[in-house]
Formats: sequence, structure tokens, C-alpha cells
Amino acid sequence: MKILVGVKRVIDYNVKVRVKADQSNVDLTNVKMAMNPFCEIAVEEAVRLKEAGVASEVIVMSVGTTQSQEQLRNALALGADRAIWVEAESDIEPLNVAKAFAAVVEKEQPGLVILGKQSIDSDNNQMGQMLAALIKCPQGTFASRLVIDGDKALVTREIDGGLRTVVLTLPAIVTTDLRLNEPRYAKLPDIMKAKRKPLDTLSLADLGVTPKAHYRLDKVEAPSTRSAGIKVASVDELISKLKDEAKVI
Amino acid sequence: MTTLLIAEHNSSTLSSATLCGLTAAQAIGNDIHVLVVGKNVESVADEAASLAGVAKVLCANADVYEYALAEPMGDLVVHLAANYSHIIAPSNSESKDFMPRVSALLDVGQVSDICAVLSAEQFKRPIYAGNAIATVTALDATKVITVRASSFDKNIKQNDQKCPVETIDFVAESVLSSWQSDDITESTRPDLSSASRIVSGGRGVGSGENFALVEALADKLGAAVGASRAAVDAGFVSNDLQVGQTGKIVAPDLYMAFGISGAIQHLAGMKDSKVIVAVNKDEDAPIFQVADYGLVGDLFAVLPEMTSKL
Repeated sequence: MKILVGVKRVIDYNVKVRVKADQSNVDLTNVKMAMNPFCEIAVEEAVRLKEAGVASEVIVMSVGTTQSQEQLRNALALGADRAIWVEAESDIEPLNVAKAFAAVVEKEQPGLVILGKQSIDSDNNQMGQMLAALIKCPQGTFASRLVIDGDKALVTREIDGGLRTVVLTLPAIVTTDLRLNEPRYAKLPDIMKAKRKPLDTLSLADLGVTPKAHYRLDKVEAPSTRSAGIKVASVDELISKLKDEAKVI
Repeated sequence: MTTLLIAEHNSSTLSSATLCGLTAAQAIGNDIHVLVVGKNVESVADEAASLAGVAKVLCANADVYEYALAEPMGDLVVHLAANYSHIIAPSNSESKDFMPRVSALLDVGQVSDICAVLSAEQFKRPIYAGNAIATVTALDATKVITVRASSFDKNIKQNDQKCPVETIDFVAESVLSSWQSDDITESTRPDLSSASRIVSGGRGVGSGENFALVEALADKLGAAVGASRAAVDAGFVSNDLQVGQTGKIVAPDLYMAFGISGAIQHLAGMKDSKVIVAVNKDEDAPIFQVADYGLVGDLFAVLPEMTSKL
């Protein structure tokens, strides 16, 4: 079984985001970029399935700018077999990305697609579900456990109030939550080997996708900040502040 | 122009997030229909019919909808979509699952997790874990939107006269996935996402056993228990207690953080709380920059003392 994994290049999760002075967007100039953390979990899960003999090939795919190839090479160093880069603007919308993935699914016929549940830049949490709808596939979103059993996938999902296990008939789409696994670090020899692994370049036109604008970004502003309050010296003072000043207890 | 609001409920009552969703729907300004989907949900539909501002309730009652699986939910909403300019739902694990399916099947974009309505087309939503707020205009004829409940008022009036409830006979075929089991955390405490008071613990609490100290104070205050990702990852508590960018977004009247340093991902989940209290040994912890009341101290001394003095 082939597994297709999506990876996205995003701002490193440790970087403090700043809004541009003209409020047109966040400022990404000279900012450290990295693979979206949920995509790292997706790559790790696919590689583990290959190591367990469940998967025969792991293909990683990214839809984005030229620099996205860095994240694809990174995924190859982590154990993916080959990569597909689809050239696109950095702010391509989720539905257009889903259409590009749908076209590759059509061509490659993977048994499973693993994607991060959301990217930490746009926080949309949409692409996997959209892809599942486009290719008429079952979906297991926010997975914290994945078991492949013959032609079924058992996905334990994180839901409000606990966990839910659903059974999906393969081919299926799974999106990863934080607790699915602990991603590994790439070793230096694997980074060197990854440079020789195949990386195909495609355009959206090659895939028959015409990107469509579904929304317009009008403005990006910094959130209203909370100013730091006061430090209290004791529990008694804290209790009296909460009772008399804030009136919340 | 009509808005379809998809209700969140537990099969017996509407959630407060649904009321927040209704406030958002009212701000959009159209007639509002509420869709109640599930199995044996007539009483929920009846409850929705008495809410102020609701013109009609649609009730889809069938076995296939019992667990709100994404595939049948998506098919049902798409079946109803032609009558609506806006399809909205409170952001929760169910709507995050099926709403993007609805968008893709309608070939429209989705505006996720809005925190303000500027007009029927223009909305604000947090990006980068709430470190920036984007204003976006939805360009499609049908707007598919999820609503961050904590940003909207839940105080909806009840009407004396109920609006009509229409039964939806459409039954989606569900062949793609099936429910196997649920492992729901049993708790007598208030629900984290709607609690008016929350006591949260972080890595500083040190162990699952020590969380009893957090729980004792929560019980004294009638509060929900929350946790930072660090505490969840360390296995102190279950992951459905996580407050943060990828966990629950909360906005209680009182949020008390014990042993939480205040990573931006955690702050993204709780900084809209009305009053924030932070207790931490490290006086430079970032949580103090957002706390109304900070106490530099050992939580193992502070927690029992507070619990006994309240």
C-alpha cells in the first residue's frame, strides 16, 4: 500500500509573530521557517507504517513556493521514498490545495493519505476534510491512534469530552493530532541520502487545477493585548482581590 | 437571505456554544433557521424553537446521524444548502470534522473560527495561534463559517411562542465510515468549554497524583479543571482538558493558572478570560504578562492554602 503525506512550510512554531506595519499580513521576512508540526507527525506515522511492513512506499507532497522543497527534502530524510512538489503561491487557499491533492490521489492511487489536522499559520483546519469530500473517501480527523487492519483503518479521534474510535474503509484520509506519535529527528547520513531521492516538480496546470479565490484578506492586525496586572504578596491578598476587586469568587 | 445554524447538543439539551453561534448568526442579519441533527433529538429541536430570533427549526432524526459522523452530516447539510446564503456552526470537534466537507462539496471556501462579524460577508478570525487577527471577505455566494464560541455572547432570550419545527426526511447513506466506540471522560465538574471558572495546572504540578490539589480547589470554586499541553503531554491528565491553540479555547470569568509558564499556544486558548490569576515559582514566567493577579510562589503551598481559606 502506498501512503501519500502532505507537508506544509510554515513559520517555526517558536517564532513570535509580528504584523507588518501596513497591516497587509504578518511579516515573514528573515523569519525561521519549518515543517508544520502536525505534518511532522503525519510523516512519522507514515514512516512507521512502512517500517512495520504495512506500507510499501511513502510519497510526500507539498503545494507551495520553491522553498517548500526544503521541507520535502526534510521529509525524505525522515524516511519518505519520493516527493512531489506542486508550485504555488505561499497563500494558496485550502480548497485549491485539496484539489491539487485530489489530482495526485487520482494518479497515484494511495491506500491512505495522512495529513496534519491544521497548519499553525492559517489555523484553518480544513484541507484533509475537503480532500476526503472531493475524492469521496472516509475521513478520520484529529487522530491520536491509527491501526491498519486489512482493508480497514481504525482511527481513534480526539473529540470534545474524550476519545472516539471510528472504522474507515480504505482508501481513507487521516489527519493527525498531537498525540499520535513523537516525530524523530533526521540523522546526518539520512539527510545526505535524501538529496538523491526523487523529487518531481508539477504545476497546478499539470494537475488540471485552476486556483480560485474564495476569500480576500483585507487586513491583518495585532490582537488587543492584555496589560500585565499586579503582583500580590500572599494568598490572603489574592483571595481578597478576587472577592472585593474582581468580584469573581 | 437565510442563515442555517447547525446546533451543537448532547441529544438532550443545546450547548451554550449553540447560543453563541446564534448571536453570531444574528449579527450576520438574515432570517435564521436552526438545524438539529441526531437520533432522538425531538426535545432538542423543541428547545431550539423557543430561542429568540429563530424563524424555523429543522430536525433531522435518524440512526445514521447518531454519532454525527462527518460523511452523513456533510451529505445532509449539502442537501439543504441551496436554500441558504450562510451555513454556520459553532467550532467544535464535530463541526471541524464535517463543515470543510460541506465547503468542498459546494465548491466554496470556508471561513474557520470567526471571532467577529463585520458584515454579512466580512469577518474577523484569529491566525497564528491568535497572535494576529485577520479580516477576511468571503467571496462565494454560499458562506460556510465556523464560530469561535468564546467570542460571542451566550445570553439568548427565550420566546413565549415557539417557531415551527420541520422534520427533514433526507437520510444520508453512510457507507464510508462507522462508529466503533467512545471513551468519554466522566466528570461531575462543569464542562471546560462553557465553565465560568477554570482552574488549570501545568508542568509545574509535577504528576497526575498532584493534580488532586488542582481538582480540590476547582471543586471548592465549582470550577472546571484545565491543563496546559505540557501537563497533557507528560500524562498528568487526559488530553480533552487541554487549553490552547490546538486544545480548547476558553473565556471564563475566572481563569487560574498554576505552574503554567504561558507558552503562546496556551495563551491563545485562554487570554480572552475576564480575570486571569497566575501562580508560578518563576517570577519571569510569561504568564505574568497577561495575568491580572500574579503570585510568585510554590503552588504546593498556595493551592492547599487557597482551598482551605475559601
